[in-house]
Amino acid sequence: MTAAGFLSSSQPLFAANPPTSEVNTTGLAVTDDTVTVGQLHSATGTMAISETGSIQAEQLAIEQINAMGGVLGRKIKIIVEDGASDWPTFAEKAKKLLVNDKVASVFGCWTSASRKAVLPVFEKENGMLYYPTFYEGLEQSKNVIYTGQEATQQILAGLDWIAKEKKAKTFYLIGSDYIWPRTSNKIARKHIENVLKGTVVGEEYYALGHTQFGSLINKIKLKKPDVIYAIVVGGSNVSFYKQMKAAGITSDKWTLLTISVTEDEVLGIGGENLVGFYSAMKYFQSLENPNNQAFVKAFKAKYGAKSVIGDVTQAAYLGPWLWKLAVEKAGSFDIDKIAAASPGIEFKDAPEEYVKIHPNHHLWSKLRIGKWGADGQAKVLYESGLIEPDPFPKGYQ
Amino acid sequence: MTASELSSILLMQGFSGLSLFSVLLLMALGLAIIFGQMGVVNLAHGEFMALGAYVVYLCSTVVHDKFPAFAPYYFVVAIVIAFGVCALMGLLVEWSLIRFLYKRPLDTLLATWGLSLVMQQAFRSIFGAREVTPTLPEWLMGSIKPTGNIDIPINGLFVMGLTLVLTAGVWLFMFKSRRGLQMRATVQNRVMSDAVGINTRMVDRFTFALGCGIAGVAGAAFTTIGSTGPDSGSRYIVDTFLVVVFGGTASLMGTVASAFGIAQGQSISEFFLQGTMGKVVVLLAIVIILMIRPQGLFASKVRQ
Repeated sequence: MTAAGFLSSSQPLFAANPPTSEVNTTGLAVTDDTVTVGQLHSATGTMAISETGSIQAEQLAIEQINAMGGVLGRKIKIIVEDGASDWPTFAEKAKKLLVNDKVASVFGCWTSASRKAVLPVFEKENGMLYYPTFYEGLEQSKNVIYTGQEATQQILAGLDWIAKEKKAKTFYLIGSDYIWPRTSNKIARKHIENVLKGTVVGEEYYALGHTQFGSLINKIKLKKPDVIYAIVVGGSNVSFYKQMKAAGITSDKWTLLTISVTEDEVLGIGGENLVGFYSAMKYFQSLENPNNQAFVKAFKAKYGAKSVIGDVTQAAYLGPWLWKLAVEKAGSFDIDKIAAASPGIEFKDAPEEYVKIHPNHHLWSKLRIGKWGADGQAKVLYESGLIEPDPFPKGYQ
Repeated sequence: MTASELSSILLMQGFSGLSLFSVLLLMALGLAIIFGQMGVVNLAHGEFMALGAYVVYLCSTVVHDKFPAFAPYYFVVAIVIAFGVCALMGLLVEWSLIRFLYKRPLDTLLATWGLSLVMQQAFRSIFGAREVTPTLPEWLMGSIKPTGNIDIPINGLFVMGLTLVLTAGVWLFMFKSRRGLQMRATVQNRVMSDAVGINTRMVDRFTFALGCGIAGVAGAAFTTIGSTGPDSGSRYIVDTFLVVVFGGTASLMGTVASAFGIAQGQSISEFFLQGTMGKVVVLLAIVIILMIRPQGLFASKVRQ
């Protein structure tokens, strides 16, 4: 090779791409022109319904990053693993991704159960996980970036709003019977009783997949709460809202606030069964800012005009971008360096407008209240300021 | 809280108990026929229900795309189609799988469980992992208000009516028709039935198809209450077996009584206790009763 040839081919490349020996000091799957990451969600099993949106959003983000030239000049390659809605499988696949494939980061998990299953693996093998779901909090790890809201970010501001707006004093708490609804309702109850000086007139849980809510609906009618606060998930959601509507619990006489219904769930429930009810989320597909409009357009172009984007899907989209920013800030793919570089990173192109990583590895984010319409889209009625993430809230445990 | 409000809530509570009763009975009816009359433990019963629900979903999609004028009425026709499709599928399964296993009841358990996995994956591949709901006609989704405080959901009434018709139909068929007589004869003494000229092979095939068809109708009816996903069947199957076993396996009356008992127990305990606890209390009661009476509420006198 002539000197001129050498210069023309690698010199510009060299300027953009720092040498691999410099950015990959810990033996990750990084070459001169590619970097390999892992994606670990449930593509099969019960959770596939929920996780499909996250899988799609992460792949979209990675595609867009590659179109812009990749990370530190390296194109991102994805190894997709299927956790199959089974928590031990998640742990096994996480280990495979970290130990065999040496991936530079992993985007994945959805349920708290799957996250708890992979957490020890990520800490032991020193990997980096970007976790997209809003969740119950009470966790913090050097090896995880939580791109969804922890419980206080979703619950407190929402309750404050509804108490003020509807002069609400009495609340009926309903949930599916597992950790996230129970922890969330515990926080909600403390806030209602200690801060809002209201009363909880009922609190109960139904098994996942429960479809008969007749008795519950009668109890709600008996107690006449100002607000029905619902954290029902999965297939139960559809039965719950259909039966509520059939039993005459509609928004003209009742107020319902939920933290478990996004555009994805509405697809199954049917907008007509939710009209006028409220969701507390950080993101709605209908947000009118340029970032979001571009995101929705790109998402629909890739996955079809009928596809919808829920809160978690957007949070999953943030993952690859936040990782890219962290790698660029650290100037290295090294996990320890990324973890150290992450706090303080701002992402100004986020569809939810703006996010910033807190030293506790959660995001500063806003809380929005959306009111559902028959078309399955929410109208945003209220938007808080940026809320500091606080995964271990004092006085709420 | 006035007395009239309280009484209307009690009334609605009674209705929700009856509504749960009809759901449980509808689930269990098909299984009671197959399990009770043939001794085949059909673990794919839930998937047949899901199949019925998917048929309604398909009908809904086709009707709303191609014949929107027909939309208010399609649901009734869809139920009949669901029955047909599931019964045909039942025939096919009996012919290709079950008939080889009549002498090995434990193997039918394994075979039908395998079948249920295959069907679940088929649903997932064809319809996707997301849960689906058919667009239901407007008239089905509202409620009747006899007075200001009372809301009786029409979909609940519909399921109740359907259960009534179906149970009466099955009863008439089994106890008043010639074919039903042959079915009962085959259960009581297969060899003797063969000897007097009943084609017991045909009877088996017919019974299995009938049970599957009824499962399809149940699944179709449940689309008015909830959504359908690839794993909906596995959610139904536990309650279904509970009803059949608790009632006594070979007795139609037992199935009815057991569905009624479980439904009322669950609905009342859910009202006075809290969600999951209500279910716990009911399951505990069933376990205790079955310990005292392992053969179920109504045992039939079948020659062993």
